[in-house]
Amino acid sequence: MLDGAEGPARQKAMDLLVRYGEALGAERFVDTSNIAGVPGSSTLALRNYYQRNGGGSFEDVFSRFDLDSDESVPLPPVAGNCCHLQGGMDPELWAEQGMSRAAFEHQQQDEAEVARHGIQVLKTCTPYLAGNMPAFGEHCAWMESSAVVFCNSVMGARTNTEGRESTSAAMLTGKIPDWGFHRDECRHGTHLIQVDVPVESVMDWGMLGYFIGDAVQENIPVLAGKLGPPNLARHKHLGAAASSSGGVEMYHIVGVTPEAASLDAAMGSKKPVATIHYGPAERRRVYELLNANAHDPHVDYVMLGCPHASIEQIGEAARLLAGKKIHSGSSLWLFTSRAVKSVADLHGYTKIIRDAGGLVMTDTCSAVGRALPNGTKVVALDSAKQVHYLPAIMGVQAWFGSTEDCIHAALTGHWSGELR
Amino acid sequence: MSVAPGVILRGRTVVGGCAEGEALVTRETISGWGGIDPTTGTIIETRHPLHGVSFKNKILVFPGAKGSSAWSAAFHVARLAGAAPKAMIFTVMTTKVALGAVVLRAPAVTDLDQDPLTVIETGDWVRVDADLGIVEVFKRVKI
Repeated sequence: MLDGAEGPARQKAMDLLVRYGEALGAERFVDTSNIAGVPGSSTLALRNYYQRNGGGSFEDVFSRFDLDSDESVPLPPVAGNCCHLQGGMDPELWAEQGMSRAAFEHQQQDEAEVARHGIQVLKTCTPYLAGNMPAFGEHCAWMESSAVVFCNSVMGARTNTEGRESTSAAMLTGKIPDWGFHRDECRHGTHLIQVDVPVESVMDWGMLGYFIGDAVQENIPVLAGKLGPPNLARHKHLGAAASSSGGVEMYHIVGVTPEAASLDAAMGSKKPVATIHYGPAERRRVYELLNANAHDPHVDYVMLGCPHASIEQIGEAARLLAGKKIHSGSSLWLFTSRAVKSVADLHGYTKIIRDAGGLVMTDTCSAVGRALPNGTKVVALDSAKQVHYLPAIMGVQAWFGSTEDCIHAALTGHWSGELR
Repeated sequence: MSVAPGVILRGRTVVGGCAEGEALVTRETISGWGGIDPTTGTIIETRHPLHGVSFKNKILVFPGAKGSSAWSAAFHVARLAGAAPKAMIFTVMTTKVALGAVVLRAPAVTDLDQDPLTVIETGDWVRVDADLGIVEVFKRVKI
């Protein structure tokens, strides 16, 4: 491919992957046909930059940004099971999100090009809930830190945290550097997290994740102790938080996750480099840290669905909102994938939430789309990951609590969450 | 300000090339997307010690990358916006920082024989020959 025999796009893609592999110190590539990225999509600002510098078409942006090429090349269809992760706006509620018609039309054009090149339009940070569920041991090339940690830890599939350029190049070549989480010896735990306080609710799993990311950074934690039964939302929130406060790409839970039948199996028979305790004092400190930037109790926006909500989470929000009205000075937006929203529509959840004054949105979130209701200053969030990013990106205050605390804030316009 | 003779560190090429400039040093990992403003090169993560400081045209000396997978894309945009660091020196290899360094197209080195986070201080003058994997540090002499 590197010699151009398979066309200029694959040549550029391979050139980028070779430079990337050399930077990593990798010795070979591994074949992959499960690739999740954000290929060729651009904001208006990025498109306009390339209009002035080489061309503003989808192929121009894909060539010059995704493949880091100095020239534009014709783009063949991708090979394998490739999908597009989250995008910049809701395809129907973009005006409510403050997007311009020009930005919407550009987004529609990009999406048509993505589909035309054979890339699944899943438009979510939770591809595993929308049609791309990797198998145990499958080599993948995924972006989206919360999906990567879920892929490695919960499913036992294998991916590093890839970036936009490497995933786009892998879509054309079916190759990714054989480094890190693709290799058996790099998947063992490094740090033991001894959980000394009961961790049951989704909120508690999220707080534990935020603590762990801070404590181990880019290492691999092995969790043992008083962790309650796992489920989808709990794993989703733990991993998302751990990959935000730190760079956790894989965790093990002894007796729970697929590569942790025992502590010894999770550690690869090595001793942990450190044992870190998570008790009541640590739990309290994480809660205070996550609420450190908020002081105004008047909540004008509640955002749910980070990572994108599962159907169970949308059902819970609908039950809490049924027959009630959101406070006149507040908004509630819940984000999910198109696939999951279609089920929420079927069950009437979308209508229940809308009747209460809230909106179910797809494709994006407030951080990725930089989309807030007009005049938002104080938000309430049930995701430690979103608390980590939204105040930094949008300059708002953020309260952190349970889904119930957040919905209560939406109904009353007032934050009254506390650590129970 | 005057300068003392240079200290030499030797390591491994991540991205080749040569650059020199003033060091900006942090012991904390850096988030890309959501951690920097790529149009100015400013660190925006609220809890980061370099919050509000820009790495534009600096030699960025840091442990490595954390956070979102859009690390490379954020630094890629910083390059397009002319807000990139002149070179990068880091200690912990990850896919995020490797791909980010590649698309930044700035000289980058790692695996140095001395800890760059200890040897180099903010304000030191640093020469990076990433082709040879050599970093030369001229300590800023405080008068």
